[in-house]
Amino acid sequence: MQIKTLFATTAIVLAAGAAQAQVSDGVIKLGVLNDQSGLYADVSGPGGTWAARKAVADSGIEKRGFKVEVVFGDHQNKPDIGSNIARQWYDVDKVDAIVDVPTSSVALAINQITKEKNKVFIGSGPATSDLTGPACSPNTAHWTYDTWALANGTGKAIVQTGGKSWYFVTADYAFGHALERDTGNVVKANGGTVVGAVRHPFPGTDFSSFLLQAQASKAQIVAFANAGGDTINSIKQAAEFGIVEGGQKLAGMLMFITDVHSLGLKTAQGLNFTTAWYWDANDNNRAFAKEFAAANGGKMPTMVHAGIYSGVIHYLKAVEALKSDADGVKVVDKMKEMPSDDKLFGKGTLRKDGRHVHDMYLVEVKKPGESKYAWDYLTVKKTIPAAEAFRPMAEGNCPLVK
Amino acid sequence: MKLRETHIFAALLALLLVAPAIVYPVFLMKVLCFALFACAFNLLIGYVGLLSFGHAMFFGGAAYISAYVVKSWGWSPEFGILAGTAVAAALGLVAGLIAIRRQGIYFAMVTLALAQMVFFFCLQTKFTGGEDGIQAVPRRAVFGFIETTNDLHFYYVVLAVFVIGFTIIHRTIHSPFGQVLKAIRENEPRAVSLGYRVDRYKLLAFVLSAALAGMAGATKALVFQLASLTDVAWQMSGEVVLMTLVGGMGTILGPAVGAAVIVTMQNYLAGFAEYVLVIQGAIFVVVVMAFRRGIVGELIGWWQKRNA
Repeated sequence: MQIKTLFATTAIVLAAGAAQAQVSDGVIKLGVLNDQSGLYADVSGPGGTWAARKAVADSGIEKRGFKVEVVFGDHQNKPDIGSNIARQWYDVDKVDAIVDVPTSSVALAINQITKEKNKVFIGSGPATSDLTGPACSPNTAHWTYDTWALANGTGKAIVQTGGKSWYFVTADYAFGHALERDTGNVVKANGGTVVGAVRHPFPGTDFSSFLLQAQASKAQIVAFANAGGDTINSIKQAAEFGIVEGGQKLAGMLMFITDVHSLGLKTAQGLNFTTAWYWDANDNNRAFAKEFAAANGGKMPTMVHAGIYSGVIHYLKAVEALKSDADGVKVVDKMKEMPSDDKLFGKGTLRKDGRHVHDMYLVEVKKPGESKYAWDYLTVKKTIPAAEAFRPMAEGNCPLVK
Repeated sequence: MKLRETHIFAALLALLLVAPAIVYPVFLMKVLCFALFACAFNLLIGYVGLLSFGHAMFFGGAAYISAYVVKSWGWSPEFGILAGTAVAAALGLVAGLIAIRRQGIYFAMVTLALAQMVFFFCLQTKFTGGEDGIQAVPRRAVFGFIETTNDLHFYYVVLAVFVIGFTIIHRTIHSPFGQVLKAIRENEPRAVSLGYRVDRYKLLAFVLSAALAGMAGATKALVFQLASLTDVAWQMSGEVVLMTLVGGMGTILGPAVGAAVIVTMQNYLAGFAEYVLVIQGAIFVVVVMAFRRGIVGELIGWWQKRNA
């Protein structure tokens, strides 16, 4: 982060001609809460704050007399720190909505507090599909992706493009088990087979014995049902064992473009995964990415950044339509009522359970020779239409839809 | 000196009673929970000279137990805290029986190993909710009539818990039992030669420290309405060492001051993003280099010198 932004106050306030008295305290205050320094700092981090501010600027809402302020906080991936910041934001600093929040445990805590205080939570970073399942809340919009969409998208698309036999390398805890189970079911439902699975301890460092088992299984697809550092390490080591050269393909369940960047194309080539957004997919995305990179040290935006932008745009539209940000449930209801439309995610809808639905994409990492310029990493192999991309509402067990 | 100490305690208590008027109560509750945790840890390292590197297992284990009994069994908060404390004490007894046979680095490693076992247990079992933790723990009324949904009311409950814990530690240190612990710290073979069953004293101190750490963890789980892997992870064991060293090892108030400093940094420097850890590290280095006895230790030293 630049020194300038570091020492500036956490708020950018653009003076508006006539501050509207209707919104609470005369200002719509957004809090971007994410990991600013740790494991997920590249996935959203300071860039997430930039995306939220960009959305505020692009929405033009300030020209129409509303005052908007964006603050940010670092939850350090710890639920207690995140929950402390959120409570303080809502109680003392009069924040009206919290945006982003990667790390599922923190997101679930924010989900709960937001409901308690009747504010708004727009989740772009969190993965857990529980946010629109058993833990769903009338105050929450889950924007970008979830574990169900990733497992389903990757599983289905790969089987349909010929990857019939699967072997799982799974992180040995609830998240990994759920990912393996969900993806396995999708694979079987589409006519594929799961030839085996091996569990590695979480967090893991040495994956060699698990990878050798995966290699010996002769499955066409070696799928990693793990996340973060575990995925990076297992893919690196898979490259060392020459798994891809041996004819097997790798599938990551939870991957971001920044992971591909840190792995390098040589290591990551041939990897398949599902993403909600890719910077190089169309002109609008490229224009956004160019501005983003200029402001964020040359890094390209991830789907989480784009999701923050899209979510904030839609939130501001709803607040403007209501002329009030005071009642969180009403704002989210308005967001559900109006179709969403912005330059990055196009047209979409916010479902009754809080799930934002839009197209998802199956991508494959390019070979080093195919990459023509910086960050030219992915080929979009298949568009997963919005209607199939997310878990049907009835299967989520969300109390709101009964 | 005795009189002066009472004065300081009275002033601090008065300060804590009015603090929520100025400072955000949830933040204060967090400070109090960590202060109690650090004081419990200090009982062991400061007064028995045993460096436990596994105190997160008591803190986090109790957090899970209290969150679980309050959420799933519908217990009231006071029983939740008691249950957490009891389980931490039992865990402390088992861990203590194994660990106190060794000293120094071996003791630290044994406690770390046991804590890692507890961590993996919490990661795997169903009731802890894996990496999501136990979320949305309800805040029920304490003793059936003190509403804790109001942060301010709950603050005074937490303050009471802290004062109880702190008083227990204070009493322990100034009792004949505490004198024996200090004797063991200074010269264990001599304590043995005087006829003390050193292992029993150490075990009792270990269990007491574990139980109080558990009390802090159980309370914290109810404050934040969640228990998660952060509480049992080894980093938590490291953090409590840091708090104790910054505040002043072997002083009664030091760990509480250290906890306040570290928690304040984590919260109010969050805006500095990646620099929080750097600042934390720099402060630690400064403390170790310049104030070897910690903040409170140095203050006491300065006071004694002035009055000498």
